[in-house]
Amino acid sequence: MTVGAEWYLYLAAAVFTIGAVGLLVRRNVLVMFMCVELMLNAVNLTFVTFARELDDIGGQSLVFFVLVVAAAEVVVGLGIIVSIFRRRAGATADDLHLLKG
Amino acid sequence: MTHGLLLAATRVDQGVFLASAVIVLSGAIGVVVSANPVHAALSLVMTLFGIAVLFVAQEAHFLAAVQVIVYAGAIVVLFLFVIMLIGVDRAEDIRREPLRGQRPVAVLLGLVALAEIVLLSRGGDWVTGAPSLGGRASGEGTNVEKLAESIFTRYMFAFEITSVLLIIAVVGAVVLVRRPPPPVRRRDPDDEPVAAVAPGGPADGGNGP
Repeated sequence: MTVGAEWYLYLAAAVFTIGAVGLLVRRNVLVMFMCVELMLNAVNLTFVTFARELDDIGGQSLVFFVLVVAAAEVVVGLGIIVSIFRRRAGATADDLHLLKG
Repeated sequence: MTHGLLLAATRVDQGVFLASAVIVLSGAIGVVVSANPVHAALSLVMTLFGIAVLFVAQEAHFLAAVQVIVYAGAIVVLFLFVIMLIGVDRAEDIRREPLRGQRPVAVLLGLVALAEIVLLSRGGDWVTGAPSLGGRASGEGTNVEKLAESIFTRYMFAFEITSVLLIIAVVGAVVLVRRPPPPVRRRDPDDEPVAAVAPGGPADGGNGP
């Protein structure tokens, strides 16, 4: 408990921000997905930091569930991406405007 | 003597934190700025390992192991597999800005959000100070024991629900990537053969390459 919890929280906030900016900036669907993973990991780091700071194991349990949800999300998301790319090769997020009026 | 040891331990902790923070941040920036998706995935691995080190530094040993196995192992391998499968490992032209002025605005929004988070974390007393609802994180026993006790007693129902979630995800993935069955060709001797057309026409792409 020598490095203060606030430094971990600042680092997590920075990683979350980088992930959010990447999600806004990039056009490749896969890289956007990786940015979502970055944001999830930043939140996990916050949970573990608070688990240590408040001396509560519940934060670590929650990280466990976030991991499960992230794995499920990756499976379904990559399935969607594969089925999109099967229809139109080399599509970016800008090319997917079938629902646009 | 004890003071000197404590100081040395502090230095080690700070060094570990600094090194992993640099690794995490450079990996995160690498994910965003690298043109090739494969390089982005490898930068993601770097970030995930750094975060696993930070988990160890905060005595979350089980989660650090799971982070390396599940994230850096399974999920990134899945990413790389999809990158190779659909063949988008070509470098993307990230110089071209499809929407003019989007990048500066996005970076500005990110900085505003970061400043907001930091200000909120410095300002408010939003920690209630009521610890140990799900059990203590420190004290007797190993980290794995305490985490297992918490998950299998207090969060038992949520744990069971996650198994349902995983099954739904598997079924969903199978349904999503399954190719539609080939159109059935009628074999009727009285009738002339009907040319079977896939639903949606050739733009449907159901037959695949």
